[in-house]
Amino acid sequence: MTVQELPGAGASHRSTQPPAWSPRTDAAPLLPDPEPYRVLGTEAADRLDPELMRRCYAELVRGRRYNAQATALTKQGRLAVYPSTVGQEACEIAAALVLEEQDWLFPSYRDTLAAVARGLDPVQALTLLRGDWHTGYDPREHRIAPLSTPLATQLPHAVGLAHAARLRGDDVVALAMVGDGGTSEGDFHEALNFAAVWQAPVVFLVQNNGFAISVPLAKQTAAPTLAHKAVGYGMPGRLVDGNDIAAMHEVLSEAVRRARAGGGPTLIEAVTYRMEAHTNADDATRYRGDAEVEAWKAHDPVDLLERELTARGIIDEAAIQAVRDDAEAMAAALREGMNADPVVDPMDLFAHVYAEQTDRLREQAAMLRAELEAEDQA
Amino acid sequence: MAQALTRAMRDAMAEDPTVHVMGEDVGTLGGVFRITDGLAKEFGEERCTDTPLAEAGILGAAVGMAMYGLRPVVEMQFDAFAYPAFEQLISHVAKMRNRTRGAMPLPITIRVPYGGGIGGVEHHCDSSEAYYVATPGLHVVTPATVEDAYGLLRASIASDDPVVFLEPKRLYWSKADWRPEAPAAVPGIGKALVRRTGTSATLITYGPSLPVCLEAAEAAREEGWDLEVVDLRSLVPFDEDTVVESVRRTGRAVVVHEAGGFGGPGAEIAARVTERCFHHLEAPVLRVTGFDIPYPPPMLEKHHLPGVDRILDTVARLQWEN
Ligand SMILES: Cc1ncc(C[n+]2csc(CCOP(=O)(O)OP(=O)(O)O)c2C)c(N)n1
Repeated sequence: MTVQELPGAGASHRSTQPPAWSPRTDAAPLLPDPEPYRVLGTEAADRLDPELMRRCYAELVRGRRYNAQATALTKQGRLAVYPSTVGQEACEIAAALVLEEQDWLFPSYRDTLAAVARGLDPVQALTLLRGDWHTGYDPREHRIAPLSTPLATQLPHAVGLAHAARLRGDDVVALAMVGDGGTSEGDFHEALNFAAVWQAPVVFLVQNNGFAISVPLAKQTAAPTLAHKAVGYGMPGRLVDGNDIAAMHEVLSEAVRRARAGGGPTLIEAVTYRMEAHTNADDATRYRGDAEVEAWKAHDPVDLLERELTARGIIDEAAIQAVRDDAEAMAAALREGMNADPVVDPMDLFAHVYAEQTDRLREQAAMLRAELEAEDQA
Repeated sequence: MAQALTRAMRDAMAEDPTVHVMGEDVGTLGGVFRITDGLAKEFGEERCTDTPLAEAGILGAAVGMAMYGLRPVVEMQFDAFAYPAFEQLISHVAKMRNRTRGAMPLPITIRVPYGGGIGGVEHHCDSSEAYYVATPGLHVVTPATVEDAYGLLRASIASDDPVVFLEPKRLYWSKADWRPEAPAAVPGIGKALVRRTGTSATLITYGPSLPVCLEAAEAAREEGWDLEVVDLRSLVPFDEDTVVESVRRTGRAVVVHEAGGFGGPGAEIAARVTERCFHHLEAPVLRVTGFDIPYPPPMLEKHHLPGVDRILDTVARLQWEN
């Protein structure tokens, strides 16, 4: 028997009417457009703010250089691992640029670049991946939560923080980032639901870069788009070209503005592509072909903006060169910073477990100290 | 005890505007055990919040709230329904201070009604303390008396570290002479207490098993045993000194708890006592625990829970001869 055949489904011989029912929200305005929103290469580009676009361009070029440098550092063994965001720089940069100083960023493990674009020292940002400590910065100082490795678990934190800020009457928006694979995790769904019920000032940014390690989007979800998931929670879903920084900036800014004005959360899906392997431990040729990668190369976020701005005379050869020089200097500083051997203190193992050391940890710390002293004497 | 717990939250909320209570049904209903009764009315729904039904979401949101300077007190409805929140608990709540080199402590109290003896159906009676005590970065406390329920909960909410506050649900309705107008303070987290002095052996216990041990100690007098009973009150940190001092005096020890024995807290306690009291011991440290089984259906639970007879039989085995 199918659901349709169940008695009652036709409701043809009811003696009484069921109690009145009306949906809580009109779904129509929440639905994303089926085509990702684009600005570059369209008429919408006539409205571009030249100053903002120069800034975006400079950040994009720096971001690309940062990715290249960090990847090189893994090859030299300076970093244990680096999840590259080559191809995704527009998402990373736009996420950082749309936030005010008092706002909070909740990055996933891949989003080092967003943290750097928000102003975090590039070396501090890499502590986790270098291995000298988990979080190399004070989250409160920069209003950047620790890079989260367990997927999607940072999303409820963003909701809680934004909710707390609003309870206190503070003007704070939280922007939380997650990958396409992460949207399948329970924490993603719980966070969206909480945010919508609480009308928390949160923006959820999904970077759909095609794969969760090796698993393509089609095996991750059966939804028309990830942005459609928003509707079920009662928040707007937006689909945007993640390689188009002008579009990213506009859609994110709009969502941040809405959140700040008390309009509640937004789910944004940025359609982009991970050009490099998941990490240096991954062999991308096992799960995708060159043709696909080549197609995305033609839609590169840096080239897209460079072409548009050059055509409109917003930047010229000299400006481009200046930006590249600046990025080169950043990379040199990063190399230098990373080439200094980090100094670690073994006693730090016990320093930050509890506010007050337990007897147990004191005993274990004493054991380690004795071992270290014995090593010194040997 | 229920009233003392409510009072502890009420007083903490009145004193400190950053204390927020949240969970499933904690607002209008006052919680399924009524432990948050009246808090929403007195402090408003923003301070005592009915959340959506999602434990990871509740605890995850509490993490964000604590990051912003609030002191969330989270209620998990039942022991076995806290499991969806374990990833948040273990990966974030327990580790945030450590990950951020102390920059971001999380003062979250997680109240978990635990244990059996109330005739609950499955998934309502787990003794889940072994999972918590195995997680560095958490404090784990459990009151066994009405006075401690108040004092330990106040101390937990005041703690700058996350505390898993295990509430023995079969003691919720225990009555005692307790003055809610002038509740006695409890020394901070981490102090065990000798509840009954004795000379022939020490029973080491906590939470729901304390009254059982005290009853066993009374009954044992007829057999000529004068038992000392130590209430741990806090599993992490574990007050080793109080325990060791008692066992050195009595020379014999039995650990009693409801949770399964294999890998349970009693195994750890027995090992520590053995290490530090080896030359004082007249017999091996023994344990009386729940069986190593999923919590049984209500009609069988009396066979599973450590009761007076099983404790006395074990005490008899302390007359070690080999
Ligand atoms: C809870 C959890 N499960 C598994 C992993 C291992 N893991 C790390 S990255 C990854 C894929 C993530 O894919 P996606 O969310 O699409 O993000 P992307 O890597 O594409 O940025 C997996 C499975 C993890 N970090 N956390």
